[in-house]
Amino acid sequence: MTSAAEMNAAARDVDVLVVGAGPAGLSAARELRRLGAGTVLVADRETEAGGVPRHSWHTGYGLRDLHRVMTGPAYARALAGAAAAAGAELRTGTTVTGLETTLDGTQLAELTSPDGLQVVRAGMVLLATGCRERPRAARLVPGDRPAGVLTTGELQQRVYLGRERRPGRALVVGAEHVSFSAAVTLAHAGAEVVALVTEYERQQSYAAFRLGAAVRWRIPVWTSARISRVTGRGRLDGVEVTDTRTGTTRFVPCETVVFTADWIPDHELARRADLVIDPGTRGPAVDTALATSAPGVFAAGNLVHAAETADIAALSGRHAAQSIAAALAGGAVGPEAAGREAAGGAGPVPVLVAPPLGWISPNVVTSAVPPPLGRFVLRSQAFRQATRLEARQDGRLLARTRPHRLVPGRPVHLTADWLEQVRPDGGPVWVVTAG
Amino acid sequence: MTDRVAGPGREAAADVVIVGAGVVGTAIARTLAAYQLDVVLADAAPDVGTGTSKANTAILHTGFDAKPGTLESRLLARGSALLRPYAAAAGIPVERTGALLVAWTDEQEAALPGIADNARRNGYQAVRPVRASDLYAREPRLGPGARGALEIPDESIICPWTTPLAFATEAVQAGVRLLLSAQVTGLSQADGGHQVTTTRGPVRARWVVNAAGLGSDVVDAMFGGNGFTIRPRRGQLIVYDKLARPLLGSILLPVPTARTKGVLVAPTVYGNVLLGPTAEDIGSRTDTGTTADGLAALLAAGRRILPGLADEEVTSTYAGLRAATEHADYQVYVDAGQRYACAGGIRSTGLSASLGIAEYLVAEMEQAGLTLRPRAGAPARPPVMPSIGEASLRPYQDAGRIAADPGYGEIVCHCERVTRGEIRDALASPVPAVELGGLRRRTRATNGRCQGFYCGARVAALLAERP
Repeated sequence: MTSAAEMNAAARDVDVLVVGAGPAGLSAARELRRLGAGTVLVADRETEAGGVPRHSWHTGYGLRDLHRVMTGPAYARALAGAAAAAGAELRTGTTVTGLETTLDGTQLAELTSPDGLQVVRAGMVLLATGCRERPRAARLVPGDRPAGVLTTGELQQRVYLGRERRPGRALVVGAEHVSFSAAVTLAHAGAEVVALVTEYERQQSYAAFRLGAAVRWRIPVWTSARISRVTGRGRLDGVEVTDTRTGTTRFVPCETVVFTADWIPDHELARRADLVIDPGTRGPAVDTALATSAPGVFAAGNLVHAAETADIAALSGRHAAQSIAAALAGGAVGPEAAGREAAGGAGPVPVLVAPPLGWISPNVVTSAVPPPLGRFVLRSQAFRQATRLEARQDGRLLARTRPHRLVPGRPVHLTADWLEQVRPDGGPVWVVTAG
Repeated sequence: MTDRVAGPGREAAADVVIVGAGVVGTAIARTLAAYQLDVVLADAAPDVGTGTSKANTAILHTGFDAKPGTLESRLLARGSALLRPYAAAAGIPVERTGALLVAWTDEQEAALPGIADNARRNGYQAVRPVRASDLYAREPRLGPGARGALEIPDESIICPWTTPLAFATEAVQAGVRLLLSAQVTGLSQADGGHQVTTTRGPVRARWVVNAAGLGSDVVDAMFGGNGFTIRPRRGQLIVYDKLARPLLGSILLPVPTARTKGVLVAPTVYGNVLLGPTAEDIGSRTDTGTTADGLAALLAAGRRILPGLADEEVTSTYAGLRAATEHADYQVYVDAGQRYACAGGIRSTGLSASLGIAEYLVAEMEQAGLTLRPRAGAPARPPVMPSIGEASLRPYQDAGRIAADPGYGEIVCHCERVTRGEIRDALASPVPAVELGGLRRRTRATNGRCQGFYCGARVAALLAERP
C-alpha cells in the first residue's frame, strides 16, 4: 500500500463526491451541477450507472420526479444521461472502499477500480448506496443450502441481464409490491409461481399492481404462513411451509424460492466511517436536511429509508443536493445549523418511533429545514385501521395526523409543519400511534 | 488437468490410492508426493475438501485440551507445529488471535486449574490464568458475569478451505493424480494388489489409504473392519457480518463441563464472527441441514457471551458433520499384511492435526514395507495460494497488482471484495473450481452479507465461461 502521504499527494480534488449512481445519487449529481456546486464526481461499483432500476423491467418509474412513466432500464438511462449532461463525472466499476474526515474538515475517500487505487479529496460527500433484501440466511430460515434460493435482486439480474430461464415451480416469500414484481419476473422466466407466502394476515401490495400480476397468472397468496425449512442437496427439492395460526406444516415441492423485501440499507461505508446509525432504519441517522452525524457527510435515498420507490429516492437525492449546495455556498445546514454550541451544548434532537411503527426518516431534528417533500416517512410493522400518528416532545403534543391505514411495507407520512416547535435542549421527539 | 488419471484401461497399478480428498487425505497425498511413488487421490465429490473439512470452526488448535497420552494429543501438537510454518509459506490465511477460555459459573471457574494442568501434560506450557478485570479490559464487549478465564495465546484462526486446496495443489504439482467425482463402491484383490472400484472406473494400487472421513468405517469394513463405527455429530454454526468483527479480539472458548459442552465465538480470517457449534449425535451421514432449535440455542448462547451480536446481521448459517466414533481417540493404524493404512475417526481436530497425521501414517507405512525414496531434484515447496484472508493485502488493495493486471481492480463480489482477476485465477488453477461452491471456497465470492443479491448473476456468468 502507498503511504498516506503519497496518497494525499496523488489525491484528486472535487467539490462533491457522490457514492452510488442509483436514482438518489444521479438525481443529486444533476441537481448539484444545476445549482452550481462545482465539480461533482459520482462513483458506482457496478459496471453501469442506474442502480436497481437497471434490472427492473416493469413500468411505473419516474412518476413523481420526471413526471412521466417508463420502465426501470429507461429510467436508469434517463437519470444517468441527465447527470452526465449537467456536467457530473460518472465513474462506474469504481468502489469507494473507505471514507474519513481529515482534521481540516475535508473528506478523504479511497477508491478502487481497474485503473488502480485513488484517493479523492472532497469538500462534501453524499452517501447514496441504497439498500438490498435480506437473504434467506439473515432471516435464519433453517434447512439445507441448495441452489435455487434467491432474492429478487439476484433473480432479476439473472433473468433480465443474464437471460436465464427458470422452468419449474417457484415460491415467493413476501406479499408486498416487490414480491409481486418477483412473481412477474419468475413468470417471464418460464416458472410456474405456486404462491406468494406471507406471515402477515393479508397481502400488502397496491390493488392495481396486485391485480396486474396475480390475475394475469392466477397466483394465490398464502397468508399467515412462513417458510420453516429449505430442503435439497445441490438443487432445491422444496420447502416446508408452516401455518403460523395452527402450527401445522406441509411440504411444497419447488425448484426456486425467492426471498423478497425485508430491506436493509447498504450501510457498510457509513458504519465504517463511524456515522451514527438510526436504530429503526439501520441507515445513517439524518436530519431534515439529510445531513448525517459527520459534518460534510450527507445521506439520501434508500440508504436512509429502505425501501421507498425509485422516484422518492430520486427526490431525496435532489433534496440532499440542495442542502449540500447551500452548505458549500456558506449557509450552514445540518448539525451546525442547529447551533449546538449556541444553544448551550444541546445536541441534535432524535426522532424516535414506538411499535407498531418500525422506523421514521429523517430521524433527527437540528433545524426547521423541511424534509424531502415536506414530510417524514414511516413504516409500520403491523396492520392497523384508522390510526392517528402523534409527535410529542417531553409529553408536549407537536402534531397529530388524520386517521391512517397502516400496512407493513407501505409508507405512511407525517407532515413536518411542527419543526419550529421542537426545543433543541429538550428530549427526543416520539412519534407514536394514538387510537 | 485435474483428472490426471487414466481410465479403467490403465495398465500399471499405482503404488498408493488414497480414498478421501479432505484435509487429511490431501495432507497424506502431499506427504507421499515427496517420494518416488505413483499416487492416486480419489474422492466422491467433484472437489477436494467438501466434507467435514469445509464446515467446521476454522480454528488452528494447539491441542491444549486434548486427552493426554492419546494419539490425538500427540498428532495434534505435531500437526499444529507443522501447519503453522506451512501456512505461512503457502499463504494459507492464519491469524494468531489467541483464545480465552471463559468461565461463567462456579463450576466452570473451578475447572480452570485442571484444564491448565491438562494443557501442560499435553506439552503446552503457555496457558495462563486471566482475572475477570483483565478479561474485560481485553474483551470489553463480553457479556456480564464472566468470572475469569484461561488464556491460550497460540490458538489461532485459519482458512479451512485454502488448507486442503494447498495440500492438493502441492500434490498435483508433484504428480499425484486427482480422481474426483469417484465414489468408492467396492474392493477386490488382483495380481497381488488391490483393485478399488469407483463410479469412474477401477483403480489398481499396491496400497490403500483410508481417509474417507464420514465414510471411513465403510472403507475400513472392506478390509475386514477393526471395530469402529462413525457416529456423525452435527455442528451448526452462525456467521455474523464483518461489521460485528470489532466486538471481539480473541477466540472465546467455552469451559467444557460434565453437563454442557458450550459454544464458542471466534473471529474468522475473512473478518466475520463465528458462533457455534452445536453438538448433536445424529443417525445421518449426510444431513448437514440447520434446524430452528439449533439456531435458537446458538442465538441464546451468543446473547450471553457477546450481547452486541444481537444487533448485527447474520451473513450465513451452516452445519458440518464430525466423524466421531465410539472411541475417544483417532483410529489411525497400518495393516502391513493387507497393505492398508487407516486414518479414520478424525473427529474435529483433523484440520489442525492433518500434517501430523500424514507424517505419522506415512512413517508407519514405511515400517510396514512401503519404500520411500525421495524424488530427484529440489524438494517440493508449498505452493503459493491466493491469499483470501483479511490479514494480508487483498488484490483490490494492491496498486501494483492492479497496475499489472486491471482484473484485480474489478470488484465483482462487493461484500467480500472479490475481483474478476481472482475468479479467473480460481477457474484456471491447478485444482480448479468446477462449481459455485468450489469458487466460493477459493475466492469468497458470494459468501458475503448479500448472498448474491448484487453479484450472484455475474458470478454465475463468469463460472459458465470457465475454460
